[in-house]
Amino acid sequence: MKSFTYERATTPESAAAAVARTQGAMFIGGGTNLLDLMKLEIETPRHLVDVQDLKLDAIDATKEGGLRIGALVTNTALSADPRIRRDYGVLTRAIQAGASGQLRNKATTAGNLLQRTRCPYFYDANMPCNKRKPGWGCGAIGGYSRQLAVIGGSDACIATYPGDMAQAMRVLDATVETVKGDGTTRAIPIADFHRLPGGDPARDNVLEHGELITAVTLPRPLGGQHFYQKVRDRASYAFALVSVAAVIQKDGTGRVSFGGVAARPWRVEAAEAALPKGAAAVTKLAFAQAKPTADNAFKIPLATRALASVIAQAKAAS
Amino acid sequence: MKFDTPAGQNPIDQLKVVGRPTSRIDGPRKVTGTAPYAYERHDVAANQAYGWIVGAGIAKGSINSIDTSAARAAPGVIGIVTTLDYPKPLPLGMANTATLFGGAEVQHYHQAIAVVVAETFEQARAAGALIRADYARAKGRFDLETAAPNAPIEGQDDKSGKSGIDRVGDFAKAFAAAPVKIDRHYSTPDETHAMMEPFATIAAWNGDKLTVWTSNQMIQWSKRSLAKILSIEPENLRLDSPFIGGGFGGKLFVRADAVCAALAAKKVGRPVRIAMQRPLMTNNATHRPATLQHIRLGATKDGQLTAIAHVSTSGNLPGGDGETAIAQTKLFYAAPNRETYMKLATLDLPEGNAMRAPGEAPGLMALEMAMDELAEALGMDPVELRIKNDTQVDPEDPDKPFSERHFIEALRVGADKFGWAGRNAKPAAMRDGRWLVGMGMAGGFRNNILTQSAARIRLERDGRLTVETDMTDIGTGTYTIMAQTAAEMMGVPLDRVTVKLGDSDFPISAGSGGQWGANNSTSGLYAACLKLREAVAQQLGFNSGDVTFADGKVSTGGRSAALADAATNGVLVGEDGFDPTDMSKRWQQSTFAAHFVEVAVDGFTGETRIRRMLAVCDAGRILNPKAARSQVIGAMTMGAGAALMEELAVDKRFGLFINHDLAGYEVPVHSDIPHQEVIFLDYPDDKSSPMKAKGVGELGLCGVGAAIANAIYNATGVRVRDYPITLDKHLEKLPAIA
Repeated sequence: MKSFTYERATTPESAAAAVARTQGAMFIGGGTNLLDLMKLEIETPRHLVDVQDLKLDAIDATKEGGLRIGALVTNTALSADPRIRRDYGVLTRAIQAGASGQLRNKATTAGNLLQRTRCPYFYDANMPCNKRKPGWGCGAIGGYSRQLAVIGGSDACIATYPGDMAQAMRVLDATVETVKGDGTTRAIPIADFHRLPGGDPARDNVLEHGELITAVTLPRPLGGQHFYQKVRDRASYAFALVSVAAVIQKDGTGRVSFGGVAARPWRVEAAEAALPKGAAAVTKLAFAQAKPTADNAFKIPLATRALASVIAQAKAAS
Repeated sequence: MKFDTPAGQNPIDQLKVVGRPTSRIDGPRKVTGTAPYAYERHDVAANQAYGWIVGAGIAKGSINSIDTSAARAAPGVIGIVTTLDYPKPLPLGMANTATLFGGAEVQHYHQAIAVVVAETFEQARAAGALIRADYARAKGRFDLETAAPNAPIEGQDDKSGKSGIDRVGDFAKAFAAAPVKIDRHYSTPDETHAMMEPFATIAAWNGDKLTVWTSNQMIQWSKRSLAKILSIEPENLRLDSPFIGGGFGGKLFVRADAVCAALAAKKVGRPVRIAMQRPLMTNNATHRPATLQHIRLGATKDGQLTAIAHVSTSGNLPGGDGETAIAQTKLFYAAPNRETYMKLATLDLPEGNAMRAPGEAPGLMALEMAMDELAEALGMDPVELRIKNDTQVDPEDPDKPFSERHFIEALRVGADKFGWAGRNAKPAAMRDGRWLVGMGMAGGFRNNILTQSAARIRLERDGRLTVETDMTDIGTGTYTIMAQTAAEMMGVPLDRVTVKLGDSDFPISAGSGGQWGANNSTSGLYAACLKLREAVAQQLGFNSGDVTFADGKVSTGGRSAALADAATNGVLVGEDGFDPTDMSKRWQQSTFAAHFVEVAVDGFTGETRIRRMLAVCDAGRILNPKAARSQVIGAMTMGAGAALMEELAVDKRFGLFINHDLAGYEVPVHSDIPHQEVIFLDYPDDKSSPMKAKGVGELGLCGVGAAIANAIYNATGVRVRDYPITLDKHLEKLPAIA
């Protein structure tokens, strides 16, 4: 870990300004991912701005009938909130499927959106990785890629976004609210938040330097049945091979996002229109452009099967 | 004490303390943080500095230069030792294949190339990241499948005419003639020990004398090895390893932490402490090598085996050994025609070496799946097939009987307790909603190794007993069974005994490995207790022939005295060792298990969930059923990992195990482990030792993987012969779910 300076901000604007004015500065929330990366010197911030005192830990009703989730609401608190459990079950289920109880106690809503990839080549500083060191090359392409992306990758990177929570937020059409040091704010649809790697895999999302997430807003509840099916090699505490976040309505229509397959939650609206025709019809469209490796080609039939499982559960319950 | 005839009746047979389920006497220290592990021994040496090991960034080649300038200038840095400070590799320790330190050659990825010493851990780590090595890369061999066809037979020696092949009868002829046959290939992956406590050492020099507080299973081996590596006299070296947070064979031998701490402490003139960082633990150290196994079984139509052949190919660095995956096949089942051998490829991956039940663990994963396939081909129940082919003698040496073998009873008891009769032999026939349900079983086999072990026991003036031996407790319960043994022999309650372990200044024990620790080390203590009993009787003026030790008293004829009275004039000491002579040559000493498993496979996603596990163990007298049960359920858990998820992923271009942390290398979590039951058969083995015990800690692993695999097949009808059985391997062949 490189030495760094540290300050605790008191307002979102001052936190954003503090990062903006310092080269190599980063925000730190729960630190569950950042500290590990700093120990390995994959992240080497010179300055940390701690946001834990910003009082962004409330979940408030919005005028539109939705909820505004403060950036610092922990995964544990968010998944246990009675309104979330009642109206946004897919979100509770997705969060509970991730990490461990201890980690969820520390992990924040904003931080979880910013979780970096778990690609093993990203984690070993001797291995080439364009996300860690732009221009070096990608060790995963032609290497061990069982966990990695089957769609949306590039010749530079096939890393996945590893989180569960964002899959549910994508299905719910959440909006990420941010603030900059000068007080200007943005509302970024979750669909636009995470980036595909293209030629610049180092940037996981569209945030600018010194732009702070203050909240995630959920629109009015969708109704329907909520599912999060996470498929993995062991029963708990593992990243998804494939996950399915879904909200299924009585008439068989619904929304679906796939996790573990791309650098962002993989939801294709045109594909989910095929939901009433069954899982294979959806994934045929959703993964039409897939370019899997030999190691991870199984994820595509697995995505179909996981979605079929969700559809069967929905039918059984209705 | 020479043990050269079967044990007769002896004080252990009273079973007042031994044989009782007993909580660990070190338990309160473990759960209150007062049982210090190597890295936590803040009090043993003043002014400790922190070391950080830098691993090589290439798998094969040599180091042109190492730039330490930035690291030297970093805050808090006290000193740096690099491998180039030594013109050639330091000598190898016992059973080491790869160099631990010294010289310019890189033999494997993450080989230690430098140690940075600083005032704090964080400073050492930060400075370690500033070390820059310039390498000349060489082409390496990293792919077992590519190397296997040309791999030589292990043990083949054209000069002496040794074929390296063990043959009985005429396998080829018998196999050709067999009416029912199985001819299959199986594979098991490279695995890492993944023990909780990493390699860790504190080293302190006092002139020529070196003390290392470390985490090591085999104190005497490692004392001699470390002395050799460092070119110092063994009498100038002391190892101390009283508490060990798991080893699984990874800590049988000296590793880089001890060598680097000793070299760094010498360099900086201060004690140095090092714990190996988790990302280095896989590639710096040893692992269980992958195997490619070929098994052929021939049988009569009624299930009598007539021909068995097992060939296993593994890889290792030059000079290393193969994984002895054929070991159990030599001994487990009767058949008049047999052929077994191993092939060993040269690979430039990290060193392959012992991991819990080396040989038998991966060997049984293949053999016991082949037996399941044979049972199906015969239309025979897999339990009955095993019963039919039981042997009471070594099949390669029929004059050599097993000392005790109750495998058939283990199978019958297990089948009964598990409800095996409720299994549907037809695969993919049992459903529970979306779950495909199946039951499987396998036999377990692991040899019982006899070896010398010594101990000392003192009767203190207050009547307490103190046991001293360099035996280790790797989380197995050694402290407790030693106290039980002393209490039984000397006729005192358990809480009157203090046990001190893991110090190389104590008498030399068997150490912990190969499931030999419990039986041999308690037998050594038994011998020492006999000596102390003689000394006590003599001190009290009792005729030692018919003295009894019970309830804190020593009695003979009508006379009786408190045990403590014998030490009124001074401490009495008994010291002796157990010497098993040729007992394991006269009798084949092995342990047996029957494993039963029920699984459910998600018909949509192919995910496997184990529902129930049962192990029935035939392993001599069980010294402490509570501790032994813990060993067996832990081993069954490891078997679940091997069957379902554990696999080191080889990057065949860069030559390393790329998933080298505990996020990438998955071992079972609590949610993966269902109800586990263990039954011990009660067959004390008088040919094993005066304790009449045997090993059991590795037996619990042996066969588990195959039992799970066979249950999955029974559930799905899809036979996966390449471990681990991850969902991708059967996903698209699963039967349709309604």
